[in-house]
Amino acid sequence: MAKTLYDKLWDSHVVRQEEDGTCLLYIDRHLMHEVTSPQAFEGLRLAGRKAWRNTSIVAVPDHNTPTNHWDRDIEDPISKTQVDTLDANIKEFGSLIYFPFKHKNQGIIHVIAPENGATLPGMTVVCGDSHTATHGAFGALAHGIGTSEVEHVLATQTLVQKKSKSMLVKVEGALGAGVTAKDIALAIIGKIGTAGGTGYCIEFAGSAIRGLSMEGRMTVCNLAIEAGARAGIIGVDDTTINYLEGREHAPKGEQWNKAVEVWKTLHTEDGAKFDAVVEMNAADIEPQVTWGTSPEQVLAVGGNVPNPANEADPVKRAGIERALQYMGLQADMPITDIQIDKVFIGSCTNSRIEDMRAAAAVAKGKKVAGNVKLALVVPGSGIVKRQAEAEGLDKIFIEAGFEWREPGCSMCLAMNADRLSPGERCASTSNRNFEGRQGPGGRTHLVSPAMAAAAAIAGHFVDIRDSRN
Amino acid sequence: MKAFTRLNGLVCPIDRANVDTDAIIPKQFLKSIKRSGFGPYLFDEWRYADFGEPGMDCTNRPKRPEFALNQARYQGAQVLLARDNFGCGSSREHAPWAIEDYGFRVMIAPSFADIFFSNSYKNAILPIVASAEIVDRLFKECEATEGYKLDVDLESQTVTTPGGFSFKFEITEHRKHCLLNGLDDIGLTLQHAGEIKAFEEKHKAAQPWLFGA
Ligand code: SF4
Repeated sequence: MAKTLYDKLWDSHVVRQEEDGTCLLYIDRHLMHEVTSPQAFEGLRLAGRKAWRNTSIVAVPDHNTPTNHWDRDIEDPISKTQVDTLDANIKEFGSLIYFPFKHKNQGIIHVIAPENGATLPGMTVVCGDSHTATHGAFGALAHGIGTSEVEHVLATQTLVQKKSKSMLVKVEGALGAGVTAKDIALAIIGKIGTAGGTGYCIEFAGSAIRGLSMEGRMTVCNLAIEAGARAGIIGVDDTTINYLEGREHAPKGEQWNKAVEVWKTLHTEDGAKFDAVVEMNAADIEPQVTWGTSPEQVLAVGGNVPNPANEADPVKRAGIERALQYMGLQADMPITDIQIDKVFIGSCTNSRIEDMRAAAAVAKGKKVAGNVKLALVVPGSGIVKRQAEAEGLDKIFIEAGFEWREPGCSMCLAMNADRLSPGERCASTSNRNFEGRQGPGGRTHLVSPAMAAAAAIAGHFVDIRDSRN
Repeated sequence: MKAFTRLNGLVCPIDRANVDTDAIIPKQFLKSIKRSGFGPYLFDEWRYADFGEPGMDCTNRPKRPEFALNQARYQGAQVLLARDNFGCGSSREHAPWAIEDYGFRVMIAPSFADIFFSNSYKNAILPIVASAEIVDRLFKECEATEGYKLDVDLESQTVTTPGGFSFKFEITEHRKHCLLNGLDDIGLTLQHAGEIKAFEEKHKAAQPWLFGA
């Protein structure tokens, strides 16, 4: 029978299978950060266990680290303890790659693993972090896991899993100007809902997906989790292989040739069956803006905020009312009338070099609007930062009135000092607009990097297609 | 891990869809390097009127009286009743740690987010998926009846209401076995260490670059 990419990745990692379908899945790559790992190492230590294969580990502190004043170290003592704990645990248990705080290649775990060639096609990848789905862009099976599972993988190099159902999301055609990978992903979530992918591994396919760079594909897979999916994957093609060639931890020489041969088989075969299929036309996708407190509460930028009176389902109606109240919005108001207080360009969704370029292209020669109190640009890693600086993007941002920061998760979840104050409204390139996500009482609108930069310049949301002249 | 067999527990309703793990336990509490002590901060922003910080003593914090966890009738609840997509968002296991530490052992909803669902089992909490109609019925009965308790029997996979209505729920054999016997996965998996080793060698021979330096 013809196999899907998911079947291939799954089948090649099953160590054993129980009668009820529960499998032990072998794990090739174990990514880690400081927030979800301390209790796992502690569990290992208490049980007197070692890491099964410490060369599978790639670790970095990213959530708690400050993005400015690195000379002052980490000022919050609780954050510092967590970062120090990761340092100590990696020292004790070992790893393949560890970039401690202030290392030149430090950054967000989901940015640094691919750019160092530590995420490879055909791998199983796990991380105690839901956005692990990002790595599926490489034709790898990547699962976000909990801390007990982090401990399980550390101790056994396996994960206890049942195979998910498979969904194909096919986006065909050419994207309009100003429409990006972020807009594709938000439009998909808007269509299937935040629980639409629950129980599924989603494969993204179609000419619009194949036309994306690796950066764009990572953005799409990154957001698979916001559609509820266990994982998101994209088949390997020349774009994948070209991206990996020459990366630090990618295979070299004869090994490279052999690897490429295997990688070229990592796609869904003709005639393979999916449990669900969703089709979208790329030309129909417009720049997206979320208006509510869940990523599915999203609209095209030309739309109006919904009116709860038009919703028949009482649970949904209450949800819309609550979201409007929290977000401080009026029913039926145009999205482009929404004024913003802050802008955040960063996070594992949109902090790669291509994102920096897209935002800089909009900001070039312009000024951040007077009502915008803070416009932050936070590159995803030291490597992204240096590349952007080599291209002069930092100067463009600074001249326009943006702050150019050190890499990290930053205001994506506000565990460090970068956050919204109660009631503040933010145009953000991150992935979650939940209540309080970017700071208690903060109001988040998710958009693409170009749309965030355009909002910074205008002081309110604008259609990027109008502002490009 | 604690075993779970049967429970007759008071129900507390959280009547919202898409409750995310940031709401269950806000991010500032993730800075802890411990597994315990999260119960007082469960649903912190919905429960208290002030801003919660890790290590804070919660006894005298101003509470939001309208929130279910603050109402006298739900004190001591062990069964959490929820709506669609409960536990979505961040993978933080701090969410089930907080739920368990507070005293809940069972959650019932029409659907749960994947990672949260499996994290719950690892912490001796039983997540039960019931149809939207059944969940709706439980919400109504719970609201109408003070002291509303549900009987949850894992062995027979049934939930029974005070009125005698009962429904069955699904659980994989593996998870049921672990919960009933209080077994943790790592010990069970390591019984197959030989098989893992053998797989690893074969896998490495076929794709050595996956093990590369
Ligand atoms: S950038 Fe945001 S979503 Fe990504 S790993 Fe960091 S906190 Fe999580």
